[in-house]
Amino acid sequence: MGNSLNAWSDALAGFQPAGLPLGLLIIAAIPLVFIALYALTYGVYGERKISAFMQDRLGPMEVGKWGILQTLADILKLLQKEDIVPTSADKFLFVIGPGVLFVGSFLAFAVLPFSPAFIGANLNVGLFFAIGIVALEVVGILAAGWGSNNKWSLYGAVRSVAQIVSYEIPAAIALLCGAMMAGTLDMQQINILQSGTYGFAHFFLFQSPIAWLPFLIYFIASLAEVNRAPFDIPEAESELVAGYFTEYSGMKFAVIFLAEYGSMFMVSAIISIVFLGGWNSPLPNIGPIALNDMTTGPVWGAFWIISKGFFFIFVQMWLRWTLPRLRVDQLMYVCWKVLTPFAFVSFVLTAIWEIYVP
Amino acid sequence: MDQTLSEFGNVFVFFLLGVVFVAGGYLTARMLRPSRPNPVKTSTYECGEEAVGSAWVKFNIRFYVVALIFIIFDVEVVFLFPWATVFRQLGSFALVEALVFAGILILGLVYAWVKGDLDWVRPTPSVPKMPEMPASKSTSQRD
Repeated sequence: MGNSLNAWSDALAGFQPAGLPLGLLIIAAIPLVFIALYALTYGVYGERKISAFMQDRLGPMEVGKWGILQTLADILKLLQKEDIVPTSADKFLFVIGPGVLFVGSFLAFAVLPFSPAFIGANLNVGLFFAIGIVALEVVGILAAGWGSNNKWSLYGAVRSVAQIVSYEIPAAIALLCGAMMAGTLDMQQINILQSGTYGFAHFFLFQSPIAWLPFLIYFIASLAEVNRAPFDIPEAESELVAGYFTEYSGMKFAVIFLAEYGSMFMVSAIISIVFLGGWNSPLPNIGPIALNDMTTGPVWGAFWIISKGFFFIFVQMWLRWTLPRLRVDQLMYVCWKVLTPFAFVSFVLTAIWEIYVP
Repeated sequence: MDQTLSEFGNVFVFFLLGVVFVAGGYLTARMLRPSRPNPVKTSTYECGEEAVGSAWVKFNIRFYVVALIFIIFDVEVVFLFPWATVFRQLGSFALVEALVFAGILILGLVYAWVKGDLDWVRPTPSVPKMPEMPASKSTSQRD
């Protein structure tokens, strides 16, 4: 930890706005463009289409062929919408709330390794940073909910914060198991440790019989952390209108939306990095047919991690139309009395396995 | 002069870009959108009714208990992460130490569990008793 603090103070001391390299800005811009494009295409259009097909509907069909331009029309509409700030709201909190949410979600993308050749900031505490920075969203949600001075918003915000904060415990302990298997918190290093010619057999999920437990715990907890069904009581539209963003309209609403889809990809990417090899190809070399070597490389890496992330987002959308919403007391029960004890069990078992079973 | 940023400097560039993106989005929307507020439009939404009082009220104490339990466990996890990177070199002794450390906190979880702090307010359906109406009186009033 001392190292990272030193690095941080060095960064502040050596920082000069005039000497800011253009290349770095471009590196930071790539994830931003990625979030925007993915949220527009897969996030909004894809979710609406997938939801529709699961319910035997057609979904958006009017704008463009198969409704493909629907999201573009939505964005144009949101840009032109009047931005309403309630008279009784706390203006400052109301305005910065969506910003804090988005910046918190976007900062986590800084440490995601998109390919062997591309990572925004190769921190030696990358995994830890990702867990920590997501907690910044709690501040944004609370600012938005409290600043709105609306009962629905406040209830939604407080529920959401209690839920995110509670599920962070099993999620963090599950990722701790992954960190114990890797022996490092460096995101690129975690990926490199899972590469090999046998493809998926090198992934941490298949490296020990215990890894399934933290994998499942983290997946369930990550659903709650991004407020997805079945843990979507903060936005339960049948009881809370829209939760903490009830009063938002126009561009502020769009920013909240972008932040939510950003976090969805973020947790999906983390689960694929820690347990499913990140940018490593799952295909093994079979005798003379070197499938693994053929599908390894900077571009293939980006393809694999994005498809793994999209797969988990698909599962999140799928669960939304499969499971009913949990009640508040059931939510707390699942977190504190089921997931947390099991997370500790997996922590102890992983420690014993890693030390005594090589 | 060293012109390269450290890795945390890169994170700072991400932070700046995020802020610029949000501010730019707000600014673009401000130039495009109409702004015609009126008192009804900017009133607080409460399902079409006039808002009763303010939303800034005292809140259920349960949420604070959850926050307290969270802080304890989060601090524990913070301490375990550095240990996780080196525990294979440290061997059995460090493992026992970490288990004792985790065990003490699990005892805390058990305590909160037994005290009932982990139970949310459970709905206890209690049907309010109707006050018994003297039948003779009501009939006499009707007359």
